[in-house]
Order: sequence, then structure tokens, then C-alpha cells
Amino acid sequence: MADKISFELVSPERLLLSEEADMVTLPGAEGDMGVMAGHMPLVTTLRPGVIDVKGGSQSDRRYFVLRGFAEVNPTKLTVLAEEAIPMAQVDAAVLDQRIRDAEEDILQAKTEGIRAKAVETANSLKAMRAGL
Amino acid sequence: MASVKDMRTRIGSVKSTQKITKALQMVAAAKLRRSQQAAESARPYAERMTKVIANLAAGVSGPSAPLLLAGTGKDQRHLVVVVTSDRGLAGGFNSGIVRLAREHIAALLGQGKDVKIITVGRKARDQLRRNFSARFVATYEVGLKAPNLELAKPIAEKLLELYLSGEYDVVTLVSSKYKSVVTQTPTARRLIPAVVETKAAGPAPFYEYEPDEETILAALLPQNITVQILSALLENQAGFFAAQMTAMDNATRNAGDLINTLTIKMNRTRQAQITKELIEIISGASAL
Repeated sequence: MADKISFELVSPERLLLSEEADMVTLPGAEGDMGVMAGHMPLVTTLRPGVIDVKGGSQSDRRYFVLRGFAEVNPTKLTVLAEEAIPMAQVDAAVLDQRIRDAEEDILQAKTEGIRAKAVETANSLKAMRAGL
Repeated sequence: MASVKDMRTRIGSVKSTQKITKALQMVAAAKLRRSQQAAESARPYAERMTKVIANLAAGVSGPSAPLLLAGTGKDQRHLVVVVTSDRGLAGGFNSGIVRLAREHIAALLGQGKDVKIITVGRKARDQLRRNFSARFVATYEVGLKAPNLELAKPIAEKLLELYLSGEYDVVTLVSSKYKSVVTQTPTARRLIPAVVETKAAGPAPFYEYEPDEETILAALLPQNITVQILSALLENQAGFFAAQMTAMDNATRNAGDLINTLTIKMNRTRQAQITKELIEIISGASAL
């Protein structure tokens, strides 16, 4: 196997995960991407979705993230998530709640920019809900 | 001279005060550990955030730079955010922050700037109200729960709303920086326009940006404000408990000293009284 990439998942409240992994799949703003060691330097925003960690020091893990951004360089991947929940704790009820929150945001949005963002969030969440 | 009974009551009351300060000290010590941990675990996020922003900012400059990064280019209207705790009994913790805030505000006013204030925490509000209540824009309370994103977000949103509507040029955050259990220093730092550390070490690595630099910066900068406020709240909380623990430890010790002094004094008085009575009996007997 090729070199591993060191992966860190950080939320504003704490460091959730820090380990070596073979590949990490991110829900990038312009489509999902798999990041492996040797990836070119990249900074991207994330849409709500699932981060998939493969070949980590522990078994494969999946996290649900609600917005955030990722910084990639050849040896290191850092994900700064606004909120991250292990997939095991995510179910339809959690997603439904998020969808409701997002829809409320759409109604309350004061500017076009915020509204567009909330609509995008709601759409990604709905897609996830449908796929569950 | 106070009677023995008076002194006994006095000792009793000091003893119950001591019990309270002792209990408060232990509560603060227990809470300190947790809030210290919270403050430390929030650090990585803030650090990475600053680093990424520094990288991005190096590439984006000139007129296209976002308002939150470049500022309005003026330095006239200031907004000062003062963060303290809700409760007292923590020695000079809150007064220290408020004093720094006062000096800062006074300095700005002395230069003829316009200053408005947002307070977070009941103590900041109460202590600044006397001189500056006309300058208050908004006040927030910390509440009983540990600071979290839900607490930091409304404050950050209010700040952004005010700033983006063009009412202010500079936003400063005054809060306590937690160094260790014995030292917490009040600090004032600029929040908007963002302070970008210029790195000395070589050229920044070349990054690809997706979607593009402006979009990412536009998303990052508001988030950065939230995180800065959150980390200020967390550090404050940890500092508050540390200061409270120290203050209550001192209070307990002082109460102990007071009890000792009072006890000695009481014993002396009692002994003097006994001696006096004895002398009276003896002289009465010898007179017979």
C-alpha cells in the first residue's frame, strides 16, 4: 500500500479524530473527492454530507458533517467542520430535524446570499435523507 | 470590651462563612478542570483556522479583498466587545477585564473616536453601565451552562450584521486570556478587520482553491469570528474558575486566621474573668 495520509477532523469544540488513513472521501463543494497521500495542495469548502475514512488505524469510519472546509496538502488533510457527528448516531430523525432547521433558515434569511446557502444545505440534506 | 458570649457568636459566624468559601473553592476546582479541558480542546480549530486564513489572505489583497479582512479603511467608529463572567466572588478577575476595557475606551475617546460597546456577561454590563450606558449596543449573559456554539453564534451574527451594515470601522474584543491557574491576563485584540499573521518562513505553499479564493474567504471569515468569540468565552470560563478557586482559597485561609485570633482573645477574656472572681473570693475570705 502507498503512503498513508494523516487526517484530522476538528470541530470548533474539540479535535474529533486524528489518525493515518489510506483514503478519505470528502463531500466537496463541487463534488465528492477522494483524498490520498500525495494529493496536490487544495482548500475547499464542504457541503453537508459524509466523510468516509478508509484504512485508518482503526476500522473504517464515517462522519456526517454539516458545512466546513478542508485543507489538503500532500501529507496532511485537515477538515474543519462546523459540526461533525459519527455516522452511527445519524438516523432519519436527526436528518429530518436538520432539514426543518434549514427550511426555517430559508424563511428567515435576510439576504439573498444567506438564502441561497440555506437552500443548498436543505437540498443536500434531503438528498442524504432519500439515500438513507 | 466584648463579652465572652459576643465573641463566641462572632467565631460561630466566621466559621460558617469559612464553610461556604471552602465549599465554593472545591466547586470551582472541580469545574476548573472541565472548563480548562474545553478551552484546550477548542484551540486546534482556532489555530488551523488562523493558519488557513493567513494563507488565503496572502493571495487575496487589494480592492477585491472582503470587508471583514480589509476593513473599511477608516479608523473612526469603534465597537468594543467586553467579555466577563456572570458571577463574582472571583477576586479581581472581572475588575481586571473591565479596567482594561475602560482604559481602552478612554484612550479611544481621548483620540476623538466614536465608541460603542457590546457586553457579554453580567459583570461587564453592571460595571460599565455607570459610565458608558449610553454607548451600549447590546448586552448578553453567559448563563449557567458551559459556553458552546449556541452561545457564541448569536453574538457573532449580531457583530457581523452591525459591521456589514457599515456602522463600524474596527471591532475589538476584550477578554481574559487563560495562561495558567495562577495567571489570567486581560487582553484586547482586534477582531475585525482580521489580524493576519505574516509568516517569516518562506513562501506560502501553492494551493488550489475550490470553488475560488473569494468564496472560501467569504465563508471562512464569519466563521472565524464565531470561533474567536467561542474561544474567548471558553478561556474566560476557565480563567474565571481559576480566579475563583484562588480567591476562595485565600478567603478560607483568612477566615481560619480570624478564628484563631478570636479564639485566643476569647480565652484570655474568660481567664481574666475567672482570675478576677478568684481574687474577689480570696480577698473576701482573708477579710473575715
